[in-house]
Amino acid sequence: MASDNIVGAVLVAGGGVAGMQASLDLANAGYYVYLVEKSLAIGGRMSQLDKTFPTNDCAMCIISPKLVEVGRHINIELLTLTDILSITGKEGNFSVTVRKNPRYIDMSKCIACGECTKKCPRKVENAYNESLDIRKAIYVQYAQAVPLKYGIDPTQCMFLTKGKCGSCKKVCPADAVNYDDKPEDATFKVGSVVLAPGFAPFKPSDFETYRYADAKDVITALEFERYLGATGPTRGEVIRPSDGHHPTKMAFLQCVGSRDINRADNGYCSSVCCMYAIKEALIAKEHAGGKLDVSVFYMDIRTFGKDFERYYEKAKAAGIKFIRSRVHTVKPEPKNGVKISYITDGGVTNEDFFDLAVLSHGLVVTPETKELSASLNIETDHYNFAKTSTFSPVALSRPGFYACGVFTGPKDIPTSVMEASAAAAAATSKLTPARSSLTKVINIPAPVDVNGEPPRVGVFVCRCGINIASVVDVEKVVEFAKTLPFVEYAAVTMFACSQDSQEKIVSLIKEFRLNRIVVSACSPRTHEPLFQETLAAAGLNKYLYEMANIRNHNSWVHANNPAEATRKAMDMTEMAVAKAALLVPLKENVIDVDSTALVIGGGVAGLNTALTLSSQGFKSVVVEKEAVLGGNANRIHTTAKGEDVAKYLESLKTKVTDDANITVVLDAKVDKVAGYVGNFESTLTNGETIKHGVTIIATGAQEHKPTEYLYGQSPKVITQLELDELIKARDPKLEEAQTFVFVQCVGSREPGRLYCSKVCCTHTAHTAVELKKKNPDARIFVLYRDIRTYAQKEDIYKEARDLGVIFIRYSLEDKPVATLNGDAVNITVFDPVSGRKLLISPDYTVLAAAIVSGRENELAMKYKVPLDEDGWFFEAHQKLRPVDFATDGMFLAGLCHYPKPMEEIIAQAQAAAARAVTVLTQPKMTVGGIVAEINQAKCSGCGVCVSVCPFSAVSLDEKGKSVVNEAMCKGCGNCASSCRSDAPSLRGFTNAGLFAQIAAAL
Amino acid sequence: MSDFEPKIVAFFCNWCTYGAADLAGVSRLDYPPNFRVVRLPCTGRLNPKFIIEAFKRGADGVWVSGCHPGDCHYIAGNYHARRKFILMHQLLESIGVDPLRLRFSWISSAEANKFQAMAKDVIENIKSCGPNTTFRKESLKLGLAEVA
Repeated sequence: MASDNIVGAVLVAGGGVAGMQASLDLANAGYYVYLVEKSLAIGGRMSQLDKTFPTNDCAMCIISPKLVEVGRHINIELLTLTDILSITGKEGNFSVTVRKNPRYIDMSKCIACGECTKKCPRKVENAYNESLDIRKAIYVQYAQAVPLKYGIDPTQCMFLTKGKCGSCKKVCPADAVNYDDKPEDATFKVGSVVLAPGFAPFKPSDFETYRYADAKDVITALEFERYLGATGPTRGEVIRPSDGHHPTKMAFLQCVGSRDINRADNGYCSSVCCMYAIKEALIAKEHAGGKLDVSVFYMDIRTFGKDFERYYEKAKAAGIKFIRSRVHTVKPEPKNGVKISYITDGGVTNEDFFDLAVLSHGLVVTPETKELSASLNIETDHYNFAKTSTFSPVALSRPGFYACGVFTGPKDIPTSVMEASAAAAAATSKLTPARSSLTKVINIPAPVDVNGEPPRVGVFVCRCGINIASVVDVEKVVEFAKTLPFVEYAAVTMFACSQDSQEKIVSLIKEFRLNRIVVSACSPRTHEPLFQETLAAAGLNKYLYEMANIRNHNSWVHANNPAEATRKAMDMTEMAVAKAALLVPLKENVIDVDSTALVIGGGVAGLNTALTLSSQGFKSVVVEKEAVLGGNANRIHTTAKGEDVAKYLESLKTKVTDDANITVVLDAKVDKVAGYVGNFESTLTNGETIKHGVTIIATGAQEHKPTEYLYGQSPKVITQLELDELIKARDPKLEEAQTFVFVQCVGSREPGRLYCSKVCCTHTAHTAVELKKKNPDARIFVLYRDIRTYAQKEDIYKEARDLGVIFIRYSLEDKPVATLNGDAVNITVFDPVSGRKLLISPDYTVLAAAIVSGRENELAMKYKVPLDEDGWFFEAHQKLRPVDFATDGMFLAGLCHYPKPMEEIIAQAQAAAARAVTVLTQPKMTVGGIVAEINQAKCSGCGVCVSVCPFSAVSLDEKGKSVVNEAMCKGCGNCASSCRSDAPSLRGFTNAGLFAQIAAAL
Repeated sequence: MSDFEPKIVAFFCNWCTYGAADLAGVSRLDYPPNFRVVRLPCTGRLNPKFIIEAFKRGADGVWVSGCHPGDCHYIAGNYHARRKFILMHQLLESIGVDPLRLRFSWISSAEANKFQAMAKDVIENIKSCGPNTTFRKESLKLGLAEVA
């Protein structure tokens, strides 16, 4: 059988946010994942960020749950400090050889107590903080790193380089240090490969202009990010490096190492710098209590993503100055700060003093990544980014190889995450026969029934080597624990989390018939799942467990007060025992999952979602409200890369209609909806009822019908899509036309529609190039506000200028004016370069009309998913869950989320399918555990719980009483704390349990 | 009064402030040992009765801390908590409890330094209020068995 050769495992190279997401989606879809990371820990560049735009979410807060999930996933094998040596074979069956470099620390023994770092005498520049402070030769990459295990830097360690020292080995309480660790090569089989090697920030050292190399008060944006970070070198204090004073006046210099072929060979736009500069400026102002003057020197502000334009407006309103100018000279002042010379829009030379200059440096491909591409035979573009096509945005040139993140071009976090899910789908489209063939399942013994038994609590107090025991008198805590009600057994352990302690706990549970376990040790955030597994291994329900955090919250912070620390440890243990005694076994129920998907919308997004699902072996129903499939793509001529859209769409439609897994319903909409994840039931307007496990909304958007620039009054004024149609039809009038005016931002970036439509600048530049190539004598004018040809699309902008297309900037306050003169249309515009008004009489005035949402209020209400104020569907999380809704089993793709070019639409469609597969692939879903339940006898049916539930998990049943859908409940407890009559209760965090904890605390 | 050490009950959400307290530990950031932490999934789980219960049982102060606005792991739990908290604050004030005894803060899981500073500030403030005598704690010495 051919499928015998297909391997159900995937290699993911790179442990940044893209690699992590791809790994999770792959592992949750039934594939075994080898996640290879070259450094000590996963997390990548995102772990270095303080905040993320445009929500100002704390980066570490949102990434750490993902780090933990990857670190603990039974089907993700994390290979840190590992290099890929070779990949041979072909799609479906590759052989990968890797080298695991020595960590010099036994990961199974290291408890991450940090004693080694304290004693290590060797100070090294700390790369995590961009070398702004020091770390030791033995270190963790950052405090929240996964795996949270130390490692020795072999180039710096005095024992490894000179044979002297050895102090870490002496102080390590767990005997984890092994100086004899050697590199190890390993070979394993995978079916496909996902590359996510990421990027490096551009190093501006060679730019004499900016004086980064010698001026102390010129720093990079990533360095500034670390200054802002709470875990940075100054713990979040913004300083001027030359003297440590708070800056009062600072400048951001945009496009350093981007959009620059003069000094950097990087003609592309780095896509993220405008936004991160605005973010850093806003946060810096916040830190300074508003007493900070910030200027941003820029060429074009590129705030093209969802909510980005509002963010830019917010920055302007906060007093951040935006100066359109490329700075030509930065001169360090004798003591502190710099003088910046620049030429303003009006041609005036200015000079200004700043305490601090931050260089918004671009994203570049590292030499190592370049080498990787070469050695793996991956085609790259002239900037060394991996090549992809618009229609297969995550597939690389070598079959079986896929990519996500900055490897294929500069992009932000949500786009990287989207591509990661897309890559997971694409990489497994040919591996379906081998799904679940290599994944592991945890075998849990049947739980012992403890209902009706009185609580028999076992208490384990951890010494954590000396981490706890050197401060807290653990013996005293144990003696005290023995006096507490229901405690049957209490003892000290050296390391509660070590393998031998775990086994001992299992045997003690059996020996003493313990039915509640309390561990007084470290944080439940890191260790609760581990101990819960131990309980399960002993046949106890894993929810009969409580933890007292006597290390992080006690011995580590009260080291100077052992007596009080011991008292606190006793109190904390008592609190845990009090709660534990009241815990009851929680049931996890299994529900069936219908493996069909409903895709709403038959455009490029919807069709790609359905095809991707089909390639994974899942059926879907595509509902399209029009009589034809294809949506807006039916009107588009070519992509920015010059690919023929009509041809693509034809083949896409054929594939869909020929696919046995896909049913298309035309001329229909969703009428009624019932059910929840795994078990939806949607009735269409044609009366058909569809049972489905997941729903993907891909309802698209429309081109705005302009009311300005004489649109509708003259046939010479058309929209961008109308021009595409004329080009497609080879319209004779168009072919004769000599003069074109393109007007950008028609209806976008204006009050009432405060967003950028993202695709128009590129589309205009691309169309202008096409027109110019056909007729080099054509006169083409583009009237714009900011040109937003982000990433490698900047090349098209440059090509247009090289071909003689004239770009004229206008401002919102002084828009171009169109007047009729007989049949002719006259366009008047102020040209800031010549300082004069220009009059153009074009054959065609082409309006880049905004993309507007369908404002699908009804659909949103039916599926209980939100819309934002512009009418775009609102995803679960703007950064890390770009294709999920907060409601389980609901996903979105395409223009209904936000305007975007076709390659991003297709990536998002594949991503939505990948996320849907993680649900559909499980025939049964486990629900329950820590969820809310309703005591209907107490319920008055007021509906408060329904309204406070963020997940639509609570509803009123036919009797008008509340009921919780366990499949949708996330266990936040909002309902339990809002009910006047205590009808809802959050299992695991009941009122009784929490009252008992409060009582024990006092 | 100067050697008075207040007893404080703290309610932290699992995702942000509890994480900040963990990180303060990792970073060895000292603060006085006056409060005991009750871990909640979300500050949205904070039933106003928990605050009353803590005061009734003799707590000198209560500190509630969760995620920054917009950072809630459960989308909006901290907003619900904030509403309840404001009402609670007014209620306590109207029955004669010094409002300084009840504190609410937002600390993200990366803000260990803020956590340390806030911990010290909360303790100092509650210390300045002196022992809590508003609720008659003597008559309310319930043991664990009674609650169970």
